[in-house]
Amino acid sequence: MNAPAPYLHWGFILISLPNLILIGVMLLLFALALIAPFPHGGNHHGADDDE
Amino acid sequence: MSEAADAAGGAPGSTGGPQAGGSPALEPGWTAAVRDRLSRRLTVEELLPTRQPSYVGSWVYVFGVVTIAALVWVVASGCVLAFMGSAWWHTSSLGHFVNSVHFWSVQMFFIFMVLHLWGQYWGAGWRDGRAATWMVGVVIFLFSIVTAFTGYLVQQNFDSQWIAVNAKDAVNATGLGGFFNVLNFGQMYGLHVMLLPIGVTILVVFHILQVRSRGVVRPIGDPYVPEQPGAGGQLP
Repeated sequence: MNAPAPYLHWGFILISLPNLILIGVMLLLFALALIAPFPHGGNHHGADDDE
Repeated sequence: MSEAADAAGGAPGSTGGPQAGGSPALEPGWTAAVRDRLSRRLTVEELLPTRQPSYVGSWVYVFGVVTIAALVWVVASGCVLAFMGSAWWHTSSLGHFVNSVHFWSVQMFFIFMVLHLWGQYWGAGWRDGRAATWMVGVVIFLFSIVTAFTGYLVQQNFDSQWIAVNAKDAVNATGLGGFFNVLNFGQMYGLHVMLLPIGVTILVVFHILQVRSRGVVRPIGDPYVPEQPGAGGQLP
């Protein structure tokens, strides 16, 4: 934990591995939020839209 | 909307005198004008709604709430740290724990604020009169970055000294060095524990009121529904 983080370097891009993992996790969370079913979503839909 | 608000609706901000058409005049003074404006723009039903449009049933809309929850933890743990002082958070196990809670809740705050930003950006959350809401959100983001930066500077360890010495040149390069000296611990600590968090909190409260005032923006491609004053045109 006290060692410096490994860095990845492609051209002008320089990023630490922890930061890259964090960005990947955030993208995954965002994608999951878009596709994961929301609890009681169906009930609200029916109630509010009068369908 | 009350009858009084209806009557005053034609002349917001007017401070007295009979209006054309014989409608009752608004009470004179800025207090009545502000009260009238607030009563028309933000009703109790909008502040504490019990129902939401169907499209709010998505995890994307949870990111903003989680950001607020993280901010509550940031402020609460920060208050404890401010009371106890740096010797406590560096030497006692409980101090280490509260310091870590403060640090990790800030991480959560930024992670979910960025996720909230992505959701609002790709959903074009500034539509239908919500540009000010978007802009206040941007200002909150910028304020938060400065607040977190001053937090790194006041950790009272070698890491904060390293960051401060390196940041000095960067801040000078922006032209702000005449106003802020990142090597001045007292200035950075005062900004971090007082002015900046108060600013962020006030802006967040205002941001929430803006969202509640107009309701959650409709998804892109949804058929347009004319907005009704006071109801945002979204609640059934």
